[in-house]
Formats: sequence, structure tokens, C-alpha cells
Amino acid sequence: MALEFEPIAGRYATLELDGRLCRLYFEEAGRGIPLLCLHTAGADTRQYRHLMLDAAVTEHYRVIAFDMPWHGKSFPPPGYQDEEYRLTTQAYTGAILAVAEALELDRPVLLGCSIGGRIVLDIAARHGGRFRALIGLQAADHQTPWYDAEWLHRPDVHGGEVSAALVSGLIAPQAPEIHRWETLWAYLQSGPGVFRGDLHFYREDSDFRDRTHLIDTARCPLYLLTGAYDYSCTPEDTIRTAEAIPGARVEIMPALGHFPMSENPERFRRHILPVLDEIRGA
Amino acid sequence: MTDEEVAAVLERLPALVNGDGSLVRRGRYLTTRFLIGAGALPVLVEVREGAIADVAVSPPPMQSWRFAIRAGADAWRRFWQAEPEPGYHDLLAMTRFGTARIEGDLHPLMANLRYVKEVLEAPRRAGAGGGDGA
Repeated sequence: MALEFEPIAGRYATLELDGRLCRLYFEEAGRGIPLLCLHTAGADTRQYRHLMLDAAVTEHYRVIAFDMPWHGKSFPPPGYQDEEYRLTTQAYTGAILAVAEALELDRPVLLGCSIGGRIVLDIAARHGGRFRALIGLQAADHQTPWYDAEWLHRPDVHGGEVSAALVSGLIAPQAPEIHRWETLWAYLQSGPGVFRGDLHFYREDSDFRDRTHLIDTARCPLYLLTGAYDYSCTPEDTIRTAEAIPGARVEIMPALGHFPMSENPERFRRHILPVLDEIRGA
Repeated sequence: MTDEEVAAVLERLPALVNGDGSLVRRGRYLTTRFLIGAGALPVLVEVREGAIADVAVSPPPMQSWRFAIRAGADAWRRFWQAEPEPGYHDLLAMTRFGTARIEGDLHPLMANLRYVKEVLEAPRRAGAGGGDGA
């Protein structure tokens, strides 16, 4: 029997980010409107594999995802061995804009989850004109920490095991086992201190209550979708955020948690397909 | 569910955990004693190399433990539902929303977090909370 390859293509390219050359890993599938996808903290592009394999998406959208530096198959920048990784809003937004420009994407749709959903709000406030539409999954303007991130990176606790055990509860109980454990594998695998370094952005450098009033949804539509079981970015956090942004569309997704696209792709597509259809029809 | 009924569920932990080979293997580096607060009732759980060696409801005074996990009887009942409602589906969801508290030396808990969470969820897997979602 001939091997049947998936329609996802993976490639590497080197980009200058924050003044340093970074070798990044990209995946993409489909053709049409570019849909640039941002993975969650401590994870990688594999979270979007179901979206990339969904013909209802890829017949209209060119779905693209990249592993942030330090994540997945992207290397940390040269010299990483002597530094503490700490993601900032400036670096994160800079990386997204640099990737969109390097790929020559014409007003792409940007979709991000968790830290990716948070950064979507900064993009919406400061660079909305460059995008066709913005989608934040598990997105809020700020968040109250619910555990001490120091546990994530110390020699006497396994960083991958504790990260996965912490985020496992963010997955809804209804998630199929295979998807639950694939989602957690990214956390079990992630590099030392990387999840913690992403949380620096999430907790210390991204209180966006100061800029949500700058978001113009008439210029660039904003969709906020949050799973009901997420206790990190709670439905209340997302609703509060949406209430401060005239025209923002908000939806709470039952039986889903913090990783809707990877923990339960069948349920997630019921919510994301109408959004993508609406963006396409606009 | 009363405090006593929660404690009675916890007394089944040796039976629910020790026959689960992969769970015991995951906890094989853990030997400790922790406390579960079943409402006002203290329940001491003794772990030896991943097996539940003993569960003592209302133990004698002045017992030591490394960490404690406390929640009201109603929270434990919701936690053990077959399909728990949001906020009661995970130990850390309950601590996040203040329905459970964690105290003491957190190191053995955090170093074995998946194991401890799965021990606490064992009654759910065994149907202890019922499936009515109420």
C-alpha cells in the first residue's frame, strides 16, 4: 500500500528577529486567504494540524503556522545557553509582523491561542490595519496568575512533567483521550524554562487594559472565542475584555478548554468554521 | 454528600489506586504522607512508592504530613462527577477559584503532580460521584 502523505508541508527559514538570526520552522496547508496561526505558551505548530487537515478550511485558506524561537523545531537564538528566556510583547509582536512580512502575506487573518490570543489584542490595537481579521482563542486583556511559575524550571522538578500536569486541567473533560494526550505531549517535550519564559510575557509584560480602547473593529474585525472549561483565561476574562472593545465578537464554547484546536478538533470546527466563512464573505 | 461520605470515598483509595499498575509506577519515587480535608474531617493518606499504604480518617492528634489539600464536601462531590462542571473538573481549577486550598511543603506535590491529581481523580473514574452532573 502506497504511503499517503498529509497535505501539510514543513520548511525552515532563517529570519532576523530582535536583531538576531533565528532559524524558524514553518508549516502550511491549503490555498487562498492567508491564515497565520500562533501556538500557545510552551507548545508548537502541531496544535494546528487538525485545522490544516480540514478541507473545509484549506479550500479557502492558506493555513500557516510557525514555531516561535525556542519552541518545537525552531532553535533558540545563538547564545541561548547563557541567557534566561523571557518573552516580551515587543519581541512577540515583532516576530509576528516579521514573519507576515517575510512571507509576503497580503493582509492575512491572524489566529492565536492563549499567549497567541493575548498578543492578538496588541496587534489589534497597534497594527490592525495590516490584517484582514483577528481571532483570539482563550484571549483576555490580562490575567490573574493561578500558580507559581517558579515550579516550571528547577532541577528538582521535571519541567516537562510538571508543565503538562499543570495544563492538563485546562483541557475540558469531554476531550477525546488521543487529542488530550497529543496536546500534553508538546508540554512534556518543551525545552527547559521555555513555558516559564512565555509566561513572563503572559504575566509580567502584557496587561493590555491600557490599549484595548485603541482597537477599531470596523477597520479589522476581532473575534474572541473561549472554551468554557478554561480556568486560566476564564470565559469571564474574555467577556470582560470584549465588553471594552466596541464591535468585538465573543463566543463561549461549551465542552472545550484552553486548547480548542488541538484538544477537540471536531467540536472546535463547529465554532471556527462559521467565523472563517464570515471573514471570507466580508 | 456529607464530610463522612467524602471520607468513606477516600477510604477506598487503596483499592482504587493499588490495582492500577501504571498509576503506581508513576508514583514509584513518592513516599510521603499527605492530608486531605474532607470538609471538617481530616483524612491522612500514606503513600509508599506509589501505592496507597494507609488511609486514616480522623487520625490521632499531632500527626505530621508534607502537604494538605482541603475542600468542602460539596466541592469533592462535584469534583468526582463523571462529567464535572467547569471549575470543579481539576484540582487546580478548584484552588484557582478558592473552593480548594493547598498547604504545606508543595515540593512532593509538584514533583509528582500528575500522580497526585490522578489519585484524587480515582474515585471519579470509579463512578463515586455519580453522573447526574448536579
